[in-house]
Amino acid sequence: MAAKSIISRPVYGTLSPQPGKQHLFIADAEGALAIAEMAERAPPGFFDDAEIVFIPGPDGKHIAALEALKPAQFHQAPSFASLLPRLRQTLANAHMGVRLYLSGTEGLIGQAMQVALETGIDHTSIQTEHRGSLARRMQCVHCKGITENVTTQPATCAHCGLLLLVRDHYSRRIAAFQGVCINAEDRSEIPPMEEIFR
Amino acid sequence: MSTGTTKLDVVVSDVVPVNDLVTRFHFRRRDGELLPTFSGGAHVVVEMRDGERTRLNPYSLMGSPLDTREYTISVRRDDVGRGGSLFMHRSVKPGMEMVVSYPVNLFSLDLRARKHLMLAGGIGITPFMAQTAQLAAEGGNFELHYTCRTASLGTYADVLRERYDRRVRLYHDDLDERIELDRLLSTQPLGTHLYVCGPAGMINWVRDRAASLGWPAETVHFEHFAAPQPGLPFDVTLAVSGKTIRVDEQQSLLEAIEAAGVDPPYLCRGGVCGQCETNVISSDGKFIHNDHWLSEEEHRSGKKIMPCVSRFEGQSLVLER
Repeated sequence: MAAKSIISRPVYGTLSPQPGKQHLFIADAEGALAIAEMAERAPPGFFDDAEIVFIPGPDGKHIAALEALKPAQFHQAPSFASLLPRLRQTLANAHMGVRLYLSGTEGLIGQAMQVALETGIDHTSIQTEHRGSLARRMQCVHCKGITENVTTQPATCAHCGLLLLVRDHYSRRIAAFQGVCINAEDRSEIPPMEEIFR
Repeated sequence: MSTGTTKLDVVVSDVVPVNDLVTRFHFRRRDGELLPTFSGGAHVVVEMRDGERTRLNPYSLMGSPLDTREYTISVRRDDVGRGGSLFMHRSVKPGMEMVVSYPVNLFSLDLRARKHLMLAGGIGITPFMAQTAQLAAEGGNFELHYTCRTASLGTYADVLRERYDRRVRLYHDDLDERIELDRLLSTQPLGTHLYVCGPAGMINWVRDRAASLGWPAETVHFEHFAAPQPGLPFDVTLAVSGKTIRVDEQQSLLEAIEAAGVDPPYLCRGGVCGQCETNVISSDGKFIHNDHWLSEEEHRSGKKIMPCVSRFEGQSLVLER
């Protein structure tokens, strides 16, 4: 569970059914379970106006559970990048009354929220629930490169190779945590690398 | 002490009758300097010295925020109100020296919006005069739906149509023209913010429909200055200043406290901003809450009151003032 540390560090809630004309769910892996649990609290017919976009991940689990909710549309995608054009298109044509629900890993929630913010949705209007991995999307402040699925502290920038302290400082605009060089004074100083974002 | 309401010494530079009910007042600084900048939706509190009595009424600034040589307000005459609007209509003449507060904005545009959808009812048009001017200057995307009783009472409807043409849609009650609210709210692009100013019934209707149709609360903005309602006179003990005062029929509790020489903070004087929130030390009687600030739970608790608009009926009331 993501704990609050500094103000920019996102905290997530529990999905709850909102009043609305359409409901758009985007989830990855265990995020499916958040949708299934919310469905138990949703009014009858709620999923008649719902679209679920799901990235199953390597396990390929939970697909049947989501199909059983009988959403108006169910769409599977192999990765976030692959669903991006469809998501942009959906939001560009959407009207007020569409509600957005994001569940799963922080990387998925953050990137989907980033797209939603670009279309003018306020981040506080979006339902989120964190499930699964705590792996982070990290931006190196030095080369600006983004490294996906960072699980260690410190972590190596996949672009410039610097050893970075992964901070809780988060950018909704970039959808990434900030990584800052941990041994700028003396590069020979290599702190032990621990796997802490599992 | 009125938080954030530093005073401006102004002179009435013009008084312009707009229609049977509404008159516009122009103010300039007495020292000839520019007035403080403001943003669309801001209001000022106008001090009205009427013999022994001082009234402090809030009015939306309706001029363009780009022009701070003068402030303009439009006042609708209320023949059965507490007398502030009648004072403005009857006694305020060009050349008169008056005092107004610095502008305060409790109804500002959210400039992150992709589109601004504005709904005005009657004299609720005034903040939109400033907001549309501000947006038009920036190339902002807006649409104004304005309901008035009759064409002749459609204050500034002609001006708005001329300035913004089809971006302004008019509805006349006497012709039975009604906003198709559900359709309007359901066809707005994502990223639209909604603004509503008008009678309480209209605000409640719009907020209710917007919530049902899935508009998140943070996209719905509203402003309703509840004018203080007259009521039975009542006595109040101010525990901190050690005074017992009487609130007259036509006076608000806040005005009575001020008349006794105690200066609680205030901004809007209309039950929305929360500045004058006052703790109740003890009470024996019934509260008449008229504000939009305290929660229902706080209203029931009998522990807090908004003295700008709320009253009391009963044996005794002791406030922490």
